[in-house]
Amino acid sequence: MSAVRAGRPKAKAGPYVSTTNACKLCTPLGACLAFRGVEGAVPFLHGSQGCATYMRRYIISHFREPMDIASSSLGEKHAIYGGGPNLKQGLKNVLCKYQPQLIGVATTCLTETIGDDVPRLVKEFIREYETSGDPSPLPRLVTVSSPSYQGTHMEGFHRAVRALVDQLAQAAAPTAAVNLLPGLASPADIRYLKEILADFGLAGIILPDISETLDGPQETTYHKIPAGGTPLAAIAAMGGSQATIECGATLKGQDTAGQLLADRFGVKLFQIGLPMGLRETDLFFGLLEMLSGRETPRQHALERGRLLDAMVDGHKYVFDKRAVVYGEEDLVVGLTAFLAEIGVRPVLCASGGDTGRLHGAITAVGADLLPEMPEVRGGVDFYDIAEEAQGLAPDLLIGHSKGYHLAKKLQIPLIRVGFPIHDRFGGQRLLHLGYRGAQQLLDRLINAILAKKQADSPVGYGYL
Amino acid sequence: MEPVIFSERADQIHRKGSEPFQLACDKESLAGAVSQRACVFCGSRVVLYPIADALHLVHGPIGCAAYTWDIRGALSSGPELHRLSFSTDLQEKDVIFGGEEKLYQALVELIDRHKPAAAFVYSTCIVGIIGDDLAGVCKKVSEEKGIPVIPVQSEGFKGNKRAGYNAACQAMFQLVGTGSTEGISPHSVNILGDFNLAGEIWIIRDYFRRLGIEVVANITGDGRVADIRRAHGAALNVVQCSGATMDLAKMMQERYGTPFIRVSYFGVEDMAESLYEVARFFKDPEMLERTRKLVREELAALYPRLQQYRRALRGKKAAIYVGGAFKAFSLIKAFRLLDMQVVLVGSQTGTTMDYQELAEICDDGTIIVDDSNPLELSSFLQEQEVDIFVGGVKERPIAYKLGVGFCDHNHERKEPLEGFVGMLNFAKEVYTTVMSPVWRFLPRRQRSMVQEAATAAEGAGS
Repeated sequence: MSAVRAGRPKAKAGPYVSTTNACKLCTPLGACLAFRGVEGAVPFLHGSQGCATYMRRYIISHFREPMDIASSSLGEKHAIYGGGPNLKQGLKNVLCKYQPQLIGVATTCLTETIGDDVPRLVKEFIREYETSGDPSPLPRLVTVSSPSYQGTHMEGFHRAVRALVDQLAQAAAPTAAVNLLPGLASPADIRYLKEILADFGLAGIILPDISETLDGPQETTYHKIPAGGTPLAAIAAMGGSQATIECGATLKGQDTAGQLLADRFGVKLFQIGLPMGLRETDLFFGLLEMLSGRETPRQHALERGRLLDAMVDGHKYVFDKRAVVYGEEDLVVGLTAFLAEIGVRPVLCASGGDTGRLHGAITAVGADLLPEMPEVRGGVDFYDIAEEAQGLAPDLLIGHSKGYHLAKKLQIPLIRVGFPIHDRFGGQRLLHLGYRGAQQLLDRLINAILAKKQADSPVGYGYL
Repeated sequence: MEPVIFSERADQIHRKGSEPFQLACDKESLAGAVSQRACVFCGSRVVLYPIADALHLVHGPIGCAAYTWDIRGALSSGPELHRLSFSTDLQEKDVIFGGEEKLYQALVELIDRHKPAAAFVYSTCIVGIIGDDLAGVCKKVSEEKGIPVIPVQSEGFKGNKRAGYNAACQAMFQLVGTGSTEGISPHSVNILGDFNLAGEIWIIRDYFRRLGIEVVANITGDGRVADIRRAHGAALNVVQCSGATMDLAKMMQERYGTPFIRVSYFGVEDMAESLYEVARFFKDPEMLERTRKLVREELAALYPRLQQYRRALRGKKAAIYVGGAFKAFSLIKAFRLLDMQVVLVGSQTGTTMDYQELAEICDDGTIIVDDSNPLELSSFLQEQEVDIFVGGVKERPIAYKLGVGFCDHNHERKEPLEGFVGMLNFAKEVYTTVMSPVWRFLPRRQRSMVQEAATAAEGAGS
């Protein structure tokens, strides 16, 4: 019996040994997504060819953008004698053909298990390359350990962000800049965060920044590496920033990029939940007010006001509706925070992630508003979620596309958020964060309820 | 500017007419080249996946199962166990102490829960390294539960997708021959290499029904374990997508003497020829007559409806990059039927023989490529100025970022493209993407319009 299963909160049935329809993805996928948010970067997986191809297809299906992930394409003999030569050849090929500024090397279960020492191999590669006389400039090489048997894609994502900061940030003269580590947000979210920082007059360093790299425009030329992403110079300068805001309720107190910047460079660290819904966003804006010394700019105050107005206008549609919320732990916490504010009752908060910190985080954002605490389940799959949901009579499902089967079975609406969105268009442009994200979510939620009411009604009301 | 083609890959690219045909293939993918290929596991998974009443348990960390959950449009007329994604979700502790016990428990649990007709247990990279005795666990569970529990030796790093096809065929071959062949018609076939994407195998089965032929086993679209067990009772194996299931056909020929023919259901010519070939095999004049009638009827219905698409698409240029080269033959012919020209054709896993045959039917100037990558493909698409690219999800953004139309001909597709009706769907899909007005507004096209105007102005001024 795996430690993961044994440690989770009580289940009505189970616990099961097998996993059916996972509610998580594997660790290196998260690392690749994070590397894709760095300017001029090529994500590189040290492992067999299939990992890169599978993850590319999965990511492309959501973002509808090119997503090149290089691979060291290990074969049988490399698995036996070590993957070093292939790793080096692969790095050389990528630097020749892509001329990247950075190659983000993530490990996989294969290379971790055969015991390849990737940081050492990369150091060797740099030494050998520098003496080879090859004219192509050497990119920065960042390595992260991301075996898929440790954690989920979110662990991979946060480890890659930490590795970037660890291996690139330098001691720098103090600046007024603010480091913003948003977690796995959509390109639209990141664009909105940039807008907010700019409106506060703050120089922000957002890491990673997938706003353009995974939602790019049509252009006249094909970019081998999409434009955009956090510039390397900006990452290097993070050690001099006045503060770091790190988003993610389950990250508090962990060994994160923000913590590293605090420990190594003394950058003040503010760890908050994802700024979702009213209060979590208020906290975020409050921090920005403090760090910028400015009041919240009028256009954002207006957005907050309109959100509140919409919450009033729509409160009766949503009050006491029962929701099942699933996905990455931090996203589930953020969603729950907002749902509690509008009177929706989360009855089950579930995640494939299993940090053990989900329950505490849900309690922190919802206990004072919710008449009853939801079931909180970490380390679960969709079989568990379906089984649990059956007895909870939910009205709504809120999460990514992979819950569709359950929504269909229960004949209730699925409000799609997060990653992946594989059965709808525009997942990369969904807003989740801030007042604007809450507004969009509220509108979509109420409209889903209205649409169902209309569809289920024999009367055919055209006026609801 | 660095050329996009790796020197190591130069012999995997050929331009028809430039020199005598020669193409290297079936090589390991070059590290760092961003191959579009997947792995051994992927090859096994795509072949066995459509067997709908079997349990498909992936023994490994979560990714391999998560990325293959319900992605194929492989339909079932009955049970849908194949659409669930089962994994042992190996954790660090399992990697250290071994995953056999977890595999055993997971298998027992899932078999008790779902009562499958058989179970396939897929090995992944890590299982190959930690050395779990997959076969031993499968044997034990099979004895306890009284159903076939079959290990699939699909460790990702042990070759490419083709090796995975072979592992899948080896696994299925363990089932073949274990069922009763009583009552099977002498006019009977197994359909190999059709995965019932968007219900395609039902189209083909209907044709065979009209010819008076019994289909014993679908291998594997809308597949059932019991049918595969009695597949050796069929008179003929009809093999499409030869890369994936040819090994099974060969093994069946060797052990059971079942002959096989290679067919393709894509495009009018190949579809008709496939039916004729099957009919000729049975040497039954009435069947041959029924085949003529079927083809006549289908063509009479199809041709008038194709005309509008043909008129619109005449002279447009197409590029093809698919998994197996065999499909590319049919696509080239299908494009010709639409009066279109194929200027680039490639595959992930073609063989020397495949490419040889491709080279023979291609026009001069066509680029033929094995195991390509985004950099090459994007450069070829630009160089050849294509109007449509046929491929899978990974090729789609390359086409779209270049302002080129796209047709999904991979296993995720939800449109049936086989059979005579499939040709119409194909034409419609090509038309839908090529004729869209959106391309006109793209910066790339607008620039060329300006250039055209400039050229015209220069011409007028001189």
